[in-house]
Amino acid sequence: MIGTIADLKIGEKAFIEKLCLDNIPLKLLEMGCLPGKEVKLIQKAPMQDPLYIKVNGSYLAIRKETAEKITVVFAK
Amino acid sequence: MSNDEVIKVALIGNPNTGKTSLFNQLTGLKQKVGNYPGITVEKKQGICKLDRSIKAEITDLPGTYSINPTSMDETIVLDTLLNESGDSFPDVVVVIVDIENIKRNLLLFTQIKDLQIPSILVINMIDQMKRKGISINTQQLEEKLHTKIVLASARKKIGIEQLKLAILNYKKLDHKPIGQISNRIDKEYFSNLKDAFKEFSIYKSWLLITQNIEFDFLNERQKKLVSKFRKDVDCIKRYQHKETILRYQIINDTLKENFNVDKSKATDLRGILDRVLTHKFFGYVIFALILLFIFQGIFDWASYPMDLIDRIFANLSLWVKSVLPAGVFTSLIAEGVIPGIGGVVIFIPQIAILFTFISVLEETGYMSRVVFLMDKIMRRFGMSGKSVIPLISGTACAIPAIMASRNISNWKERLITILVIPFTTCSARLPVYAILISLIIPDKRVFGFLNLQGLTMMALYLLGFTAAILSAILLHNVLKIKSKSLFVIEMPNFKIPSLKNIFYEVVEKTKAFVFGAGKIILAISIILWFLASNGPSSFKNAEQTIATQVENTNLSKKEFQQKIASYKLEHSYIGYMGKTIEPIIKPMGYDWKIGIALISSFAAREVFVGALATIYNVESDEDVGTIKERMAAEINPETGEKRFNFPTGISLLLFYAFAMQCISTLAIVKRETNSWKWPALQLVGMGILAYVSSVIAFNILS
Repeated sequence: MIGTIADLKIGEKAFIEKLCLDNIPLKLLEMGCLPGKEVKLIQKAPMQDPLYIKVNGSYLAIRKETAEKITVVFAK
Repeated sequence: MSNDEVIKVALIGNPNTGKTSLFNQLTGLKQKVGNYPGITVEKKQGICKLDRSIKAEITDLPGTYSINPTSMDETIVLDTLLNESGDSFPDVVVVIVDIENIKRNLLLFTQIKDLQIPSILVINMIDQMKRKGISINTQQLEEKLHTKIVLASARKKIGIEQLKLAILNYKKLDHKPIGQISNRIDKEYFSNLKDAFKEFSIYKSWLLITQNIEFDFLNERQKKLVSKFRKDVDCIKRYQHKETILRYQIINDTLKENFNVDKSKATDLRGILDRVLTHKFFGYVIFALILLFIFQGIFDWASYPMDLIDRIFANLSLWVKSVLPAGVFTSLIAEGVIPGIGGVVIFIPQIAILFTFISVLEETGYMSRVVFLMDKIMRRFGMSGKSVIPLISGTACAIPAIMASRNISNWKERLITILVIPFTTCSARLPVYAILISLIIPDKRVFGFLNLQGLTMMALYLLGFTAAILSAILLHNVLKIKSKSLFVIEMPNFKIPSLKNIFYEVVEKTKAFVFGAGKIILAISIILWFLASNGPSSFKNAEQTIATQVENTNLSKKEFQQKIASYKLEHSYIGYMGKTIEPIIKPMGYDWKIGIALISSFAAREVFVGALATIYNVESDEDVGTIKERMAAEINPETGEKRFNFPTGISLLLFYAFAMQCISTLAIVKRETNSWKWPALQLVGMGILAYVSSVIAFNILS
């Protein structure tokens, strides 16, 4: 199943899609958001935005608009 | 001293790696900040003695995740590293990484290494190694990364001596880049690039063409080449992505054999704390309670040392007058210099308390949670979650607050934050508020426990914030600036704050205020004293004029002296200035004396109280009571009522709440926005708002 980080439920994990390299902003790549890496949604801020995620060992908060750009493959 | 050799060291690292702790351990109190109402770019530097004759000049560069900058803060780092002829170009770079986030932290290290500047790698927080189940093979890592590694715990003072030794021997460091990244991306493209910029390393040339920054240190030929290469936007973007992925691959390969984490030892304190602190209800409750606590500190605790300082300086003035022979010099000291210095010193308690709180919140990692909680709300006002910290800092002083907005990468969000910060109630307004409130609001309690004066103060704070938010909404809708940028923040692990770091932070911020803004305040106090105690010919003939006026009356000597004094003030230079603007300020309910205070506090608000003190001091040489008593006794000759009555007081409060009366802030806004347009907008916009609301309030109330 394919979706974006914004579709994750709290506590849910998925893997960043390998082919979506161009969609991920450089800054996120540098922070460890790399294709193939596991991403877990830890918490959503009130009003569902921003999102608090754990990816590749880093704990980050990103806005929903950014999360929607990153395609993930759900584990199931 | 001048014969000593100085090694220039740049300290670089991701945020939250303990960079500040390391800097403090290396330099102690030998720190200086190129600062405020100034020209130089802010730069934190310190001196560290390495051995008998060699010193290190250490520059603490802003925390950054990579040298592809997305904010002004990060641009400083790139600029320092690329400009080889620049003043702060380092002989050696010390890159600090946190052992827990070593993978991500090393990305920055590999970039710096590729610039072929000698680099030392400090792996920090090794005291956590056992607890986190981490093991590391230093020697192998050193070989793979072509560097010298120092294992350290900056907080526990472990590894500091080894680092000093490594800096001392920096000439022996390896210059080799890590991995042949450019070849692995596109051999042909990069050999073209290399041919174009023969004088630079290949990675430096790559950075020059990938950033959207005008580099001043390039010559015309280089600039032309740079813009030629920059045209191929798609290609650059693709290769930057590739580069980052390759770097992570290299890091993963390097760490695989030499760095291990036993995951069973991990504890989940972070998870539990985060569930509470970022909770959609309790998160806000906790934040509100913390804010309340901070304001309690600024109002309540700070008032004791502030009263003390006030009294000490008042007594000092009296003492000087009693000891020194009467004359111009004594008058300058007792009525110009001492009240001037007092006007600066009195802010220290509040600034120190506020910055203590802010640095505790930053050190613990809580601030990131505030940014996370507030981002969506702040975006409605055209700002970012990151604007919260500057806005809170603004309650101490707008200058550090505006500089704290540098890490907001979206230009529009940052600009709006900068523009509205001066509305927040800075500590310079506090003495003005305090004295006016004590004059016009009765010291009574309502509902048994709420102090009416305290409530008024609270209301003024809220007024400031409301004005900031409303003007932000206005600017959000009016400003047509398109700026695309990414909001990513790291959520660091929770930490117990280091007392040492907090101490240095508070000392540095307070010092910057006292010596920066303080100079202006002192200078104005002295100018004011001069203008008040000198005047044209009518001033000089004051005694004769009064003597003829009162010839046949039975005035006591004291009353006679007072009459002369007030006549003198009225006919002094400043008296004329006050009189000149009286027609303009009359609708707000002010007379020429308040006008004098207004003129002089135009450069800095806090001068208001000092100016009134000077004015009333000059007027009555005897029994120097407190300023407040003087103001309370002042009568409006037209109505026979008290000069500082309720309508005038409220009108003044509003004026000081809204008007942009701070030259230092205007200067810093000019510097940070690189244009006179924005400070001019603040000056005019806030001025109009202040004038109009004061006039309205005065006329409704009286």
